Amino acid sequence: MIELISAARCTGCNICVAACPTNVFAPSLSGPPVIARQADCQTCFMCELYCPEDALYVAPTAGAPLGLASEADAPLPLGTYRAAIGWTPATAANRSVDAMHAVLSAK
Amino acid sequence: MGFSSSAPSGLHLTCEVLVLGGGPAGTWAAFQAARTGARVVLADKGFCGTSGATAPSGTSIWYVEPDPKLRAAAIVSREALGGFLADRAWSARVLETTHAALHELGARGYPFPVDGAGNPIRVSLQGPEYMRLMRKLAKGAGVRILDHSPALELLVDEAGAVAGARGIRRQQGDGWQVDAGAVVIATGGCAFLSRALGCTALTGDGHLMAAEAGADFSGMEFSNAYAIAADFASVTKTLFFKWATFTDEAGEVIPGAASNGGRSVIARHLQKGRVFARLDRADAAMQANMRAAQPNFFLPFDRMGIDPFTDRFPITLHLEGTVRGTGGLRIVDETCATRVPGLYAAGDAATRELICGGFTGGGSHNAAWAVSSGRWAGRAAADFGRRVPNGRVRRGAGTAGLRDAGARPFDPAEAARTVVGEVHPFARNYFRTEEGLTRSLDRLDSQWARLSASAPADGTNVLRAREAAAMTAVARWMYRSALARTESRGMHRRIDHAAADPAQRHLLTAAGLAEVSVAQRPAAALAADAVETRAGEGIAA
Ligand SMILES: Cc1cc2nc3c(=O)[nH]c(=O)nc-3n(C[C@H](O)[C@H](O)[C@H](O)COP(=O)(O)OP(=O)(O)OC[C@H]3O[C@@H](n4cnc5c(N)ncnc54)[C@H](O)[C@@H]3O)c2cc1C
Ligand code: SF4
Ligand code: SF4
Repeated sequence: MIELISAARCTGCNICVAACPTNVFAPSLSGPPVIARQADCQTCFMCELYCPEDALYVAPTAGAPLGLASEADAPLPLGTYRAAIGWTPATAANRSVDAMHAVLSAK
Repeated sequence: MGFSSSAPSGLHLTCEVLVLGGGPAGTWAAFQAARTGARVVLADKGFCGTSGATAPSGTSIWYVEPDPKLRAAAIVSREALGGFLADRAWSARVLETTHAALHELGARGYPFPVDGAGNPIRVSLQGPEYMRLMRKLAKGAGVRILDHSPALELLVDEAGAVAGARGIRRQQGDGWQVDAGAVVIATGGCAFLSRALGCTALTGDGHLMAAEAGADFSGMEFSNAYAIAADFASVTKTLFFKWATFTDEAGEVIPGAASNGGRSVIARHLQKGRVFARLDRADAAMQANMRAAQPNFFLPFDRMGIDPFTDRFPITLHLEGTVRGTGGLRIVDETCATRVPGLYAAGDAATRELICGGFTGGGSHNAAWAVSSGRWAGRAAADFGRRVPNGRVRRGAGTAGLRDAGARPFDPAEAARTVVGEVHPFARNYFRTEEGLTRSLDRLDSQWARLSASAPADGTNVLRAREAAAMTAVARWMYRSALARTESRGMHRRIDHAAADPAQRHLLTAAGLAEVSVAQRPAAALAADAVETRAGEGIAA
């Protein structure tokens, strides 16, 4: 479940407000969007992929957030998923890494 | 019936084709329709590109090279699993169209991995990448996309043909209406608010809207897909549990428990206590492949500090309902038309029995169906939409939650809880019995009667009210069909009729809202080389 927005990283671009499929965020006039409807979060991690600043952290638990006070408490640095799928400039080569064929053909 | 609209129309558009839902089926439909020169609007409940079952996940897809032997083998190999209800001619069409579509995707920039000789490998798609590209392709072809704009009801003309839809814009707080020549329902399956990845928006809204306009369903008994996930997580990937050892609380191996062919053993154990898994049968090379195949599978584990290959972790089964089931809107011809003029269905909203009978197993068929049915429906809707006369008089076809039919509105949260309570429990939906199904139907039927005799929901509640009404309706088509199929076939499993009955190798049509009726239709003729279902065969889970 969506856990936190890092005020230090967020530029207030509101991309996450548009991209979240369940409309969890609400824009604020100044500063980061607010997590307005946390209970509607479907733990899909898509907001992390669309945030250009790696300012969001989705807790792995689907039922409830972990209760982290700040990004410093997150078990892993922010932005690991975006890097893994190749959506950061430095990791773009990962976009065409997909070994599903090897998994599917295994006996 | 007094009309009451949910919200004032903030946006009023006219076009040839309106597509409801922006997953793979909807985006392919919109893209294809727009390429014929039609004006196309696509409305999604969430954000087209991130919403639905495909976007957040990795998807294997039924892609087979056009070698007749390979194609025939691919089709035949799945027949027993599906209870011999699939149709070989439809399967061949889907393989052909999916093949062409995936080549087109590659040409338009999808970054397929390549083999040692540099040839693209096209058997899987990464959801975020795939759906970001589909949004771009649809937009590039001129499709007008309305995000965060759930449809609430269809519009019909004087003759009963579907002629558009109406909904709300939840980020603007107003409504939309699109007057269209034809409508494609691509709103996905119904997963009943389970925690399965990407399924929150999938509450059967399109099923309800289509039924209100007169459409019917096929295969709704094949609607009890359950997928394995870590019990704290949303990410389901049953395939990876092929490498799991399943244990009980004490660490003892559970005999017979397996991701395929032993999932019911897991369900039985979960009814009594916790079940644990460890993917300890994957060697180092396979571990690396799994990570490279599906990074999102590992997110929850990495973030919880669990190594799924060496640590035991508790698992659960998330209901995926018709999303990885096969039932949905009945298709009447090769254009994916429903029985209502002007209304087409694609993807998980439509029945997938045509290509996989009563079971989808490890997937790939549903993804191929979404692509193919989307392309066919989009093209046919554009042809239809261009031919209809101008100046039709339209009215909303919606019922429960929209019409002034009672003194008070119903409580959407409570109505949703009631449905969930009837469809999530294994004892009801996984292990079906006449007694259990009948008891559930009593509650669901009376809930439908109550919802359809209520006052309209107000603006802030109307989406949740329609979702609850839709789930109620879908559950009724499911369970009436399940009651009528007094055998076990495909994923439909009756405890009181544990074997397949060769006399029931037919399809079931479900229809109606006030009263639900179920009727039999013959399945495609059994091919000479197909083996008829023997007792117990074709029950794959
Ligand atoms: C975790 C998971 C893994 C899967 N893996 C595989 C796999 O490996 N292979 C495979 O073949 N299949 C797989 N499937 C199934 C596959 O994801 C679906 O078959 C596919 O997504 C269907 O596409 P669709 O476009 O019909 O529906 P979806 O992708 O679900 O999209 C439906 C869209 O409709 C929108 N919508 C809903 N209601 C409304 C409304 N009222 N108004 C407007 N829009 C609305 C939703 O927001 C959503 O965007 C998987 C499913 C899940 C859940
Ligand atoms: S997308 Fe990221 S940077 Fe932009 S508003 Fe959201 S959290 Fe802030
Ligand atoms: S995890 Fe998904 S549902 Fe939750 S806030 Fe992020 S995008 Fe929205």
